Amino acid sequence: MNAASAPPVLSVRNAQKRFGAIHALKNVSFDAYAGEVTALLGDNGAGKSTLVKCISGLHCLDEGEILVDGAPVLLHSAAAARRAGIETVYQDLALFDNLTPVQNFYCGREISFPSWLPRPLRFLNTGVMKREAARVIDRLKVKLPRFDAPVALMSGGQRQAIAVARAIVFARKLVILDEPTAALGVRESRQVLDLVNQLKAEGNAVIIITHNMEHVVEIADRAVVLRQGRKVGELKPAEANKQDLVAMIVGAEA
Amino acid sequence: MSLGPLLILIILIAVVSLITPAFLKPGNLGNILAQTAVIALVAMGQQLVILSRGVDLSVGSNLALATVIGGLVYQQVDASIAVIMAMLLSGAAIGAVNGVVFVYGRLPHPFIITLATLSICRGLALALAPGHTTMRGMPNAITAIGGGTTFGVPNSFLAVGIFGLLFLILTKSMVCGRWIYAVGGSPNAARSMGIPVKGVLLSTYIISGFCAGAGAVLLAGRTGAASPIYGNLLELDTIAAVIIGGASFLGGRGHLGHALIGAVLIGVIRNALNLLGVDVFFQMIAIGLVIVIAVEADVLRNHLEARARVLQSARVQ
Repeated sequence: MNAASAPPVLSVRNAQKRFGAIHALKNVSFDAYAGEVTALLGDNGAGKSTLVKCISGLHCLDEGEILVDGAPVLLHSAAAARRAGIETVYQDLALFDNLTPVQNFYCGREISFPSWLPRPLRFLNTGVMKREAARVIDRLKVKLPRFDAPVALMSGGQRQAIAVARAIVFARKLVILDEPTAALGVRESRQVLDLVNQLKAEGNAVIIITHNMEHVVEIADRAVVLRQGRKVGELKPAEANKQDLVAMIVGAEA
Repeated sequence: MSLGPLLILIILIAVVSLITPAFLKPGNLGNILAQTAVIALVAMGQQLVILSRGVDLSVGSNLALATVIGGLVYQQVDASIAVIMAMLLSGAAIGAVNGVVFVYGRLPHPFIITLATLSICRGLALALAPGHTTMRGMPNAITAIGGGTTFGVPNSFLAVGIFGLLFLILTKSMVCGRWIYAVGGSPNAARSMGIPVKGVLLSTYIISGFCAGAGAVLLAGRTGAASPIYGNLLELDTIAAVIIGGASFLGGRGHLGHALIGAVLIGVIRNALNLLGVDVFFQMIAIGLVIVIAVEADVLRNHLEARARVLQSARVQ
């Protein structure tokens, strides 16, 4: 761990979040480090998605703070989180079925000109976006049937790959993946795990939510377990302690 | 852009001109273009709204109100620019009302608010028009725009061309155009990707209203009058133009050319039925049937796409 040398890329401190009567996050703290995969584990309703949405700017914390590279940040919108270097691959992928892979890549942050115009009134630099996207798709060895067809016609694995690739392109510090393999077959899951490893190798901090313990043991450097909105444990996942992890998740301490 | 609608238009024109030779006479073609110009112009605005997954039912009444406001201004000041500005601003203002109430009132669908302004604008137009009826007279510049020609080409047709070019640039080459497609394709994804969804939606309604105002200039110019009963069922014609042209009513899919081809298609169908001496009632029935068929084709296309995706996923694994 490089915790001694550098501050964690992401620090969540004493996070509290309520939705009316529901106390979704109770005093949760955890860190994510560069070049590490942190698995966020917990049963349904444990607060994983809420926590992730707070980090990616879709929700605001009621109390507590989020630090990026040791400095407190206010993530009041998805755009703000992205500016802070945080990319998210949502469970529903947040893809636009009617747009092509390239258009999906750059949607919301199109390369455009001239810079003196307000963003919405600028002109799209289609050529550069196409070239850049082609380069990335090539580098990640993602196989797409067609580059210029709407993603509506592509398979679940290809869509997932596009969503992950989009995050990789723009990731500067932290990538959050919310159940990236939930809807995929074995071979397609493999591809996504390879992409996650690549993200890690490129020095990003990665946070992954998954229910698949095999995947956790294989790729995660640390596992943070939530139960009923509380952090109940943190350990280094391995084949040997898989049972402990499961016990922590369901709340049947051994 | 798919060429299906264009093909249908060409076939339709061929068939109609075989049945009624009168169809191809220059006078008749000019007639179709003049009648189509208003529909085409307003349909372009409607297309933006439909691309964003909405619908603007108020365009017809909005247009009527804009002509009346223009007529009232003309009674006060004899300046064509003031009259034109009044019509355009009136149209855009109603569009802004639609957008603001829909977006900031958090309505589930724009149907209700634009249905309400459909009624409100018609009522306002009737109430404001002296004697609740048609006001004769329009400044020369406006009659020239609506009814004049330049080198034999109807000016209203040129206006459609200029608007078409601007819309083409907006939808194909500008960031905000891409955002309209994104919001229509998936509002949730657009929010996640940091697109200002509310602003995008609001602007589509303002532009649609502005187009209704521009349509008011053309119609008032062609007829040399303002009237609170103008634009009746224009919402139907414009929605039909967009859908018949091949854009998706489910949002996010469609090309500007769709609205234009759709508008001409409707113009040709109407004109052909006229030439054939078909009752206006049956024309309404025909247009209605064509809309149902076009929407059904759209639903079917989406269904087939979903099927294709499932099949492909199965093949990959």
